[in-house]
Amino acid sequence: MIGLTHYLVVSAALFVMGVFGIFLNRRNIIIILMALELILLAVNINLVAFSAYLHQVHGQIFAMFVLTVAAGEAAIGLAILVIYFRGRGTVAVDQADMMKG
Amino acid sequence: MIQLLVFLPLLMALVAGLGGRMIGHTAAKALTTGGLFVSAALAWTIFIGFWLNDATPSTVAVLDWIESGGLFVRWALKVDTLTAVMLVVVTSVSALVHLYSWGYMAEDPSQSRFFAYLSLFTFAMLMLVTADNLVQMFFGWEGVGLASYLLIGFWYTKPSANAAAIKAFVVNRVGDFGFSLGIFGTFLVFGTVSIDAILAAVPSHAGQTFSFLGAQVDVMTCLCLLLFVGACGKSAQLGLHTWLPDAMEGPTPVSALIHAATMVTAGVFMVCRLSPMFEASETALMVVTIVGACTAFFAATVGMVQNDIKRVIAYSTCSQLGYMFFAAGTGAYGVAMFHLFTHAFFKALLFLGAGSVIHAMHHEQDMRFYGGLRRHIPITFWMMTIGTLALTGFFFTAGYYSKDAILEAAYASGTAHGTFAFVVGALVALLTSFYSWRLVFLTFFGQPRWAASEHVQHAVHASGHEAHHGHDHHHGPDDRTAGYHPHESPPTMLVPLFVLGAGALLAGWLWHGAFVEAEEGAAFWRGSLAFDTHLMHALHEVPAWVVWTPSVAFFAGLGLAWHVFLNKPSIPLWWKREVPGLYDFLLKKWYFDELYNAVFVKPALWFGQAFWTRGDQQTIDRFGPNGAADVVVAGAATLRRFQSGYVYSYALVMLVGLAAAAAWMMR
Repeated sequence: MIGLTHYLVVSAALFVMGVFGIFLNRRNIIIILMALELILLAVNINLVAFSAYLHQVHGQIFAMFVLTVAAGEAAIGLAILVIYFRGRGTVAVDQADMMKG
Repeated sequence: MIQLLVFLPLLMALVAGLGGRMIGHTAAKALTTGGLFVSAALAWTIFIGFWLNDATPSTVAVLDWIESGGLFVRWALKVDTLTAVMLVVVTSVSALVHLYSWGYMAEDPSQSRFFAYLSLFTFAMLMLVTADNLVQMFFGWEGVGLASYLLIGFWYTKPSANAAAIKAFVVNRVGDFGFSLGIFGTFLVFGTVSIDAILAAVPSHAGQTFSFLGAQVDVMTCLCLLLFVGACGKSAQLGLHTWLPDAMEGPTPVSALIHAATMVTAGVFMVCRLSPMFEASETALMVVTIVGACTAFFAATVGMVQNDIKRVIAYSTCSQLGYMFFAAGTGAYGVAMFHLFTHAFFKALLFLGAGSVIHAMHHEQDMRFYGGLRRHIPITFWMMTIGTLALTGFFFTAGYYSKDAILEAAYASGTAHGTFAFVVGALVALLTSFYSWRLVFLTFFGQPRWAASEHVQHAVHASGHEAHHGHDHHHGPDDRTAGYHPHESPPTMLVPLFVLGAGALLAGWLWHGAFVEAEEGAAFWRGSLAFDTHLMHALHEVPAWVVWTPSVAFFAGLGLAWHVFLNKPSIPLWWKREVPGLYDFLLKKWYFDELYNAVFVKPALWFGQAFWTRGDQQTIDRFGPNGAADVVVAGAATLRRFQSGYVYSYALVMLVGLAAAAAWMMR
């Protein structure tokens, strides 16, 4: 029987993969965007799993909101990425260090 | 009247100094010179009043200055015979030097500054001599020191002038330290700084002692010696004399005014002003006598071999100040003041004459490059001769009366140190005559020697070729003038020479009665200094050989100088070659500067260096400001590494922070 615990484990695994995808990724900003999507999906799985477990619908509604926000965020992120590529000629993460003090 | 006399020079100094640019050189010079002549006229009025015995000593209060507990100091102008004598000396010489500077400084770009300094000096000196209390005297004392510093370093682009100015200031600090200690001590003992009150209270404190390190020290001796240290510094007595010859770096009118006639005599004036105090201490008088005699001898020996014309006269001044001090030390204060008075005339004359020679020789000061100037600048020659006659004590000149009186007083005082001073003084009279005539012979007689002088060569080349061309056929190959013909100075420089020449000839004859004769002197001084009538009587009872000693010394010195420098010029060369030790010893001024360098300057530099590098740099700076700065730099370097500029590391920090905050909340 697949219970709440399994969902939460998958969710946590996805979340950690997302987080490490951000921190360990040295190559490409697109991968960061994908990792962000992973994190949001992990959160969505959490919300939906608890929604089913507690028999309340709020979690699923929230999941829809998160999906919407994630779509918008991906659109804006990709737009920024394109502009960034036009300016710098690269999307390598290592070279995006202009905020260095 | 006295207020106008004293403050007019200050006013003119301020106008010329602060407004010199606005009103122009000529106006500044005219104002300061005019002011000084007004002051001099007033001073002579006051002096003649005292001379004819129809003026009364008075004290004019100007302002209250300090009132603190038992200390009450006011600005007041004290006018008595002693002050009147000094007023005449200061304002007359100053007025003449102002006038002389019109010619001497004619080409200087900052003349109004020069005249402002001269007037400022005169004001400070007048404050000194009219002081009614010791604090005001100290004010004047420091004021003249400041003016002296400014004027020695007047040509501030010359490193040697700056060094000399600083040396004069620093050496004088040593003396001033003694003087200020003396003033503190006087206030401690007498409870007042007013000179009248102190002198009135002297008898009640005479013989008191205090305990110092287990020894009983006489109060009066201690105070007098401290004050005398101050006098030594200002009057360039042995030990603190080293600044005076170096002070010759200043313009020559300054040397005449400050370093011959007025400021350097401030020490003698102070001893005379406080003479009742010195009379209360036998030991102090002995020290004054011996230091004076030793200075007279020392400076005369050094003066014999110097080559710079101004330095010879500077050492001569030092030597004559020694005369004044041992006159004071033997109790003959009137005689000391008399010599101060006559010396001001003939020494200012000699300095201004030397300035005229230097002016003619295009700023060459080395006598080895003079010679034969008698034919080129005859007026200067005659005035210098008059000055030299007066200095060396030729019959009936100013120096004849005052120097004779000093030697007679030293002999007549009958004490052991008085006899010592007499012997040294007689010897110094011989040396004085020798070096003074050496100066005259080297400068004005013999063959011209200035072809080798750089200053003169410079002048010849600068004067252009066409002027020089027409004369060429006059000069054979053995001509030693290099085509340079010295010219007599302008009238503004000659008139002061005439006036001072008249003073050098007549001052002794006119005033010796008032200054040193027993009855006349007592009436003249009227208690403004300790006048010993018995000693003055004794002056007339000394043996004939004592009376004739200075005259014999004069002729012996003159003859010796003539023989050595004109008759047989090989003799000095022989001395220089055969006895180099003695010659160098004298030329290097008894190695005083070298000794002071080794004993005081080097260790002071070493201490300063040690405190600077070890104490300041390596301790305070290292752990103090520099240490704090280093900690900040190191900390910032560490912290900076957290700001990598990578978005992902910021995100990590945010995540960690968020997690920590969440953990904190859920705790």
